[in-house]
Amino acid sequence: MGKKVLMKGNEAIGEAAIRAGCLNYFAYPITPQSEVAEYLAKRMPEVGGVFVQGESEVAVGYMLFGASGAGARVFTTSSSPGISLMSEAISYIAGAQCPAVFVNIIRGGPGLGGILPSQGDYFQSVKGGGHGDYRMLVMAPASVQEAVEMMMVAFPLAEKYRNPVMILGDGLIGQMMEPVEFPDQLSTEPSNKDDWAANGMEYRRSDKRNLVKSLYLDPEQLNNHNLLLKSKYERMKQEEIRYEAYNTDSDYISLIVSYGTMSRVCKTAIDNLKEEGIEVGMIRPQTLFPFPETAIHDAAGKPSCKSVMSIEMSMGQMVEDVERCVKGNRPVGWYGKCGGDVPTPEEIMHVIKEGI
Amino acid sequence: MQHEVMFAGFGGQGILMIGKILAHAAMEAGQEVAWIPSYGPEMRGGTAYCQVVISDRPIGSPIIKSPRHLVAMNRPSLEKFAEAVKPGGVILINSSLCPDRSGRTDVDELAVPVTDLAKELGSVRAANIVALGAFAARSGIVDFELIREAVKEEFIHKEKLIPLEMKALDAGRAEAEKH
Repeated sequence: MGKKVLMKGNEAIGEAAIRAGCLNYFAYPITPQSEVAEYLAKRMPEVGGVFVQGESEVAVGYMLFGASGAGARVFTTSSSPGISLMSEAISYIAGAQCPAVFVNIIRGGPGLGGILPSQGDYFQSVKGGGHGDYRMLVMAPASVQEAVEMMMVAFPLAEKYRNPVMILGDGLIGQMMEPVEFPDQLSTEPSNKDDWAANGMEYRRSDKRNLVKSLYLDPEQLNNHNLLLKSKYERMKQEEIRYEAYNTDSDYISLIVSYGTMSRVCKTAIDNLKEEGIEVGMIRPQTLFPFPETAIHDAAGKPSCKSVMSIEMSMGQMVEDVERCVKGNRPVGWYGKCGGDVPTPEEIMHVIKEGI
Repeated sequence: MQHEVMFAGFGGQGILMIGKILAHAAMEAGQEVAWIPSYGPEMRGGTAYCQVVISDRPIGSPIIKSPRHLVAMNRPSLEKFAEAVKPGGVILINSSLCPDRSGRTDVDELAVPVTDLAKELGSVRAANIVALGAFAARSGIVDFELIREAVKEEFIHKEKLIPLEMKALDAGRAEAEKH
């Protein structure tokens, strides 16, 4: 770890990708993440890397597929409408079992929506977006430093599972400046690329012939392929769940589930409520898929806890997963906004007090 | 202790830059900091603002509806944000461009003709640094020498401007100490 520097989230994400050994970046500009491309347009040539601005997000998605299929570490950044356009390629990449990292700095939707922070792409990221039975490993940072740390693990995880990984931020994570420290540089070569890369036998350390494809016309073969994919997603649930528990040692009367920027506002609300003598706990999922199911189930089941609130900058998306975890043991409520106006700590305090 | 500062003015006045310099200096002082720009539709209308949060604890909500301090580089900024400032905070008004005052009696209001002072020093573009000098000296949030170092670092690739910016910083400080 080096010296602390003050950096915008978008620039820090770009720098983190380079430190993570990713020298291939393809993207198309869109607010509020365009600074990543601006930063890497300058930085990639300095480190011998490549930045290509695609003609559209559809093209960018397939540039990632091509580079990944050839064994290169690769990533892109975009914002909501751009991710919709890339979703077809994400499905193909997942089907062909290639690793790639997608960063979504969410803006308000649907459609063109707005350019301010939102978490409205929860379903798109966690439940699909593209077609078919696939999952992405989805991580949601709550600070610029955490965005950097998640970028550093995103590439090894994408390669471990040969699957797309998504970093899901919101406009604020991209636009905000905070102090960051960068971890040490990773090597630029995926360690297991001989397992999938179709990069020519002369570059291979084994005699295994690799085929990059997602077409399986035989029903039994396709079913088996999907069972294989499912086993990877089940393994993610065993090995990759990350979350933060906040004020859960207290005898909290209510439990908040919140992630990303929204969870920071909730933390301030929880601190303020504590001063008023009201204890509230929080589970902050750092991975949205796999979701911290057991942690939420157990935290909701604490005897002091009377109710659970899903607080999100969306109109009730994550709450469906929270309900699934709580399994009817406690009433589950929802509060959120998604126009770009991030709820204030005072609003959250009011909502919690109303509920208890 | 947490300080929140709203810097506001016209696009092009260097609002985002002085917010960044303050955040940088506070970071060097070992504080937690967050800097948030306005990037929404309002920036197209000519108003630019940024918020800087400085705290001795990890920063929870980085978005502040009621800042402790305000640096208003023009009239619309004062009109828009003066009401929201917390009692006891500093309101710095660029009196070259804003003849109005906040009307608040519960804040430390300081009117400095930062644009005129910058012109006298040789460049209107240094007005933001005059304002930063005045605000930093008056509020005392961050050690002034750290502000000085952060300004130098900000202009590291425009080194020939550094002497001017140092004069601008000191001119701001002198005004803050005069009133």
